[in-house]
Amino acid sequence: MTVAIDRATGKVRGGRGPRHGLGQRLRHGYQKHWYAYVMIAPVIVVLGVLVLYPLVYGLYLTLTDANSLNTARTIGVNHIDATYKFIGLDNYKDILFGPLSYDRFWSHFIWTVAWTALCVALHYTIGLGLALLLNQKLRGRTLYRLLLIVPWAVPTFVTVFGWRIMLSDGGIINTFLHMLHLPQPSWLEDTFWQRFAAIMVNTWCGVPFMMVSLLGGLQSIDASLYEAAEMDGASAWQRFRYVTLPGLRSVSSTVVLLGIIWTFNQFAVIFLLFGANSAPDAQILVTWAYYLGFGQQPRDFAQSASYGILLLAILIVFTSFYRRWLNRNEQQLAI
Amino acid sequence: MSTTTVATSAAVTDDGPAQSPRRMRRRGERSLAASLTSHGILIAGSVIALFPIIWLVFLSLGPDKDDYLHPGGIWKKMTFDNYSFVLQHTSFFDWLKSSLIVSLGTTVLGVLVAATTGYAVSRMRFPGYRKFMWVLLVTQMFPVAVLMVPMYQILSDLGLIDSYLGLILVYCSTAVPYCAWLLKGYFDTIPFEIDEAGRVDGLSPFGTFARLILPLAKPGLAVAAFYSFITAFGEVAFATTFMLDDQKYTLAVGLQTFVSEHDAQRNLMAATAVLIAIPVSAFFYLVQKNLVTGLTAGGTKG
Repeated sequence: MTVAIDRATGKVRGGRGPRHGLGQRLRHGYQKHWYAYVMIAPVIVVLGVLVLYPLVYGLYLTLTDANSLNTARTIGVNHIDATYKFIGLDNYKDILFGPLSYDRFWSHFIWTVAWTALCVALHYTIGLGLALLLNQKLRGRTLYRLLLIVPWAVPTFVTVFGWRIMLSDGGIINTFLHMLHLPQPSWLEDTFWQRFAAIMVNTWCGVPFMMVSLLGGLQSIDASLYEAAEMDGASAWQRFRYVTLPGLRSVSSTVVLLGIIWTFNQFAVIFLLFGANSAPDAQILVTWAYYLGFGQQPRDFAQSASYGILLLAILIVFTSFYRRWLNRNEQQLAI
Repeated sequence: MSTTTVATSAAVTDDGPAQSPRRMRRRGERSLAASLTSHGILIAGSVIALFPIIWLVFLSLGPDKDDYLHPGGIWKKMTFDNYSFVLQHTSFFDWLKSSLIVSLGTTVLGVLVAATTGYAVSRMRFPGYRKFMWVLLVTQMFPVAVLMVPMYQILSDLGLIDSYLGLILVYCSTAVPYCAWLLKGYFDTIPFEIDEAGRVDGLSPFGTFARLILPLAKPGLAVAAFYSFITAFGEVAFATTFMLDDQKYTLAVGLQTFVSEHDAQRNLMAATAVLIAIPVSAFFYLVQKNLVTGLTAGGTKG
């Protein structure tokens, strides 16, 4: 067999021979790589059926005016055929520039960006702070570590309900604020406080992952670097700035990207904290798209799918730029 | 050990270089104040991390649905009635069954389908490799909103709405690329010399994978399986929409039914939440160390 293991370095592929004709190259490539293609075939098939086909179908739906009143459905024994029609790019035009587009799209868009930025910033700084503390020689640090990852260990749908009870009127948080003679906001009704509460709960949920990943990164930094820096008279801040942060760079760029994607797509926290129908102003784009498609009557499938496609486009564009930016700074993404 | 030296840097941060210590401190030694500050912050952090859970456990012991308003009263009338009620008079076990069927189905399917792919992208460089990895990455960042509408239409055409199989298939759309990615990271840590030894002894590439690498990759497979399980178990959006029969709800959906517009049985909800949380978090703590390395180390050498 000619299938050689490339040792996965990716860089030893240079030194190609002269280029052959297309047919010959295809045949040669097939002979050389057919094992690889057979092995990735299962995933290709699954992705084709479960992701690509729905995606294309969804794209088609965004070009129609499909909703729950005109799609094919069966009521009792009667089957009603689909009557929705093709309307081109009207959905996108309506979402982005139509009447009330600020209230329906742009306000949610701005809130989603703010939500993502704030949550990831909080996750990262708190996670880094705790990781630095845990990386010291400290009595009981294993115990602290175990306690601090509790929010990650318990499923989100459980903890969010815990928070919902705590934040409700007359719940423990407002009782506590009352004891301190502080104002008691209505966390689950007032728009500003809804947003505040959502960010708070999501921060609580997301810090442990950041903390643990960054702790792993800190422990992999070579200790002799710190010794050398200390010998050169670097202050604590300088050691943090010029040894710790560069050492964390590859882990950081990965977890920040993951954090941004996860937070941007975070469905459970907002959906479970406020329910599908209350708090229209605190919905980020994902939950808002869900509301359009499944939370209201009649269900507006076409608009919901268009939101989905727009969201995906935003994420893909962002990730491409992020990767390009990393490449320009000569960093590798560790995913 | 790296910990000792890193400790110094963090410790001195607390002191500030301006304070000159009265006696010379050895490396890794901290002032009392710095230690106390560290402990103080960590204790505060732990309390914040733990409190919502403890509060949930505490409320689950109060017999009345409005007890959360007067938590002080719970001390006098603590009881396990909520638990026995949830176990005997609600569909808790039906929900548990659905959750387990769906999560285990996703796990088995995801890992089985993804295993060979993880190996192929770890060991072989084929034309289209980078594009394929990019596809795997992009599929992981699909917002739920992208696939939900078309999936709903397709599954209702096929009559798979409100069936376990439908939900398993939906979950596989994220679990499969994720497992492939995770497994690639694990296969990368297995030395290539093992493959070469197998090849020298006359195994085909597939034989090398099945007979040599797969047995070595058991921990990696376990992590991928566990991660698919946890994600499927905790998924809310698809389960809420695609499961209509309340006997087929997964736990994530069932828990929502305690709070409706008319009535909120918070005591029962708390008890159910605790019942779910205990086994899942116990399981989580068993594998958490592997999970973290698996999540971030995947594909560093890509």
